[in-house]
Amino acid sequence: MKERLQELTPKLVLSPSFFLILFFVYGFIVYTGYLSMTDSKMLPSYGWVGLDNYERLWKLPHWKRSLNNLAVFGILYIVVCTVLGLLAAILLDQKIRAEGLLRPIYLYPMALSFIVTGTAWKWFLDPGIGLENTIHQWGWETFSFDWIKNRNYAIYTVVIAAVWQSSGFVMAMFLAGLRGVDNEIIKAAQIDGASTVRIYRRIIIPLMRPVFLSAFVVLAHLAIKAYDLVIALTGGGPGQATELPATFMYSYTFTRNLMGIGASSAIIMLIMIFSIIIPYLYSELRGGKTQ
Amino acid sequence: MSQPSADVAVQTNRLVRIAIYTALIVLAVYYLLPFYVMVVNSLKPLDEIREGDMLALPRQWTIAPWLSAWSTAQIGVEPTGLRPYFMNSIFMVVPAVALSTILGALNGYVLTKWRFPGHNLVFGMMLLACFIPFQIVLIPMARVLGILGLAGTTWGLVLVHTVYGLGFTTLFFRNYYEAFPTELVRAAQIDGASFFQIFRRILLPSSGPIIVVTVIWQFTNVWNDFLFGASFADVDSVPMTVALNNLVSSSTGVKEYNVHFAGAILAALPTLIVYVVSGRYFVRGLMAGAVKG
Repeated sequence: MKERLQELTPKLVLSPSFFLILFFVYGFIVYTGYLSMTDSKMLPSYGWVGLDNYERLWKLPHWKRSLNNLAVFGILYIVVCTVLGLLAAILLDQKIRAEGLLRPIYLYPMALSFIVTGTAWKWFLDPGIGLENTIHQWGWETFSFDWIKNRNYAIYTVVIAAVWQSSGFVMAMFLAGLRGVDNEIIKAAQIDGASTVRIYRRIIIPLMRPVFLSAFVVLAHLAIKAYDLVIALTGGGPGQATELPATFMYSYTFTRNLMGIGASSAIIMLIMIFSIIIPYLYSELRGGKTQ
Repeated sequence: MSQPSADVAVQTNRLVRIAIYTALIVLAVYYLLPFYVMVVNSLKPLDEIREGDMLALPRQWTIAPWLSAWSTAQIGVEPTGLRPYFMNSIFMVVPAVALSTILGALNGYVLTKWRFPGHNLVFGMMLLACFIPFQIVLIPMARVLGILGLAGTTWGLVLVHTVYGLGFTTLFFRNYYEAFPTELVRAAQIDGASFFQIFRRILLPSSGPIIVVTVIWQFTNVWNDFLFGASFADVDSVPMTVALNNLVSSSTGVKEYNVHFAGAILAALPTLIVYVVSGRYFVRGLMAGAVKG
């Protein structure tokens, strides 16, 4: 009897978490998937409409706008964060005396809420009181920087703020990678007369491949989920200039009372993230096993 | 012949060093600038911000914006300042972090030292749950919280944050315990120690670092959350981030930029303090959450 209990204990301990996740994650995914095929408006209702919501979704200019914005934002965010992070890591890896001081400065934005980041950049980029006004005060009267109020450029201000928040983190990932490089390889190359730039281009940066991959996965999934920052920085505007799928889903579900459409947009977001994350996790888990 | 060329090498080397340091300092300025702007302008009277230079130090220093942000600023309909919302966040964060950390530790223990057929599947399922876009759970969660009678309550938010934090806390402890020698556990088992005795006496005493990493990770995530707070909170449970956003984006009245900045710093302070005090663990959590599955 006691033995039997001993055997069962581990599973009993694990089961609350297991069932919580099964219900609140996977059950909810199924439920949202189901709602996306119903005529739900303000409240869930169960009139089956098949794929109608998806068809309507893809015809909505608002949704297309959100996807376009996500493409612009996502690509720039990933590329700039990666380049800036790698550059900062390489520079910091040159036996810099103040590294202990600089590293935390590069990384602290990661500890902040996107709402705080959004608030800071919202007023700093505001042409009325922020940077533009400040430069005017300094005497350059014709200086103009009104991107945050400009339909064509507002999405780039989201990139600026998001890069500010996350690039330090990418730097930390690359720095950890650089510190893991075998010194013998570098010494051998130096003896062969290779220049530092050449060593980085030909040997060290190619060795960073796994870090590039991890950074890409993390940044891509953050980009698809991006919500808070847009809300705090621009509220999706001006117009729909900075709407992203996450803000689209929220406003269609809770403000415009088109829950079926909102649910279908959430499913599309899930598919986007899973198509990046699942192959990555699969290879990571398998890689772990074979080692 | 070799003498001058060595000299040139030393000189270019010095130029390169200067370039590297300059680039590093420019980067530091970029990262510090927004925070500097927040601090400086939270200590200025409003007309100084409107007329003047956002980067300049205050001509007339004042802490009035801080007092206003904390206790009298208009948020929603009430002129309460951010204080009650700060407390809401505390009451939400503490239980959510504690619960998800304890469950994560136990899960990690079972998934490494008491493996059963299918343990990898269970772990994979929990791991995948870390990455879902939360938009996918908003609609059903609102209904379930309603059914449970937790709609709009702090306990409702505690439940939400505990559930969606479980994936990461389990991941952290599982990877940590994976490296813990299983022989010790087996030996204790042969000596007749029970499941919980082994956990308490053998694993827990050496779990200090991973507990710190997990608590910091969860604290930062839950404190900084906006989406769940905005979706599920009511007057008595609105967390700090949502209150800050209401303060900043309210369209009525004069925009008190200095109060907004002071409020933003107040919202950032708890996680910033944690970061300054234990940055090393914070970074470890980030890396563990990002790099290894």
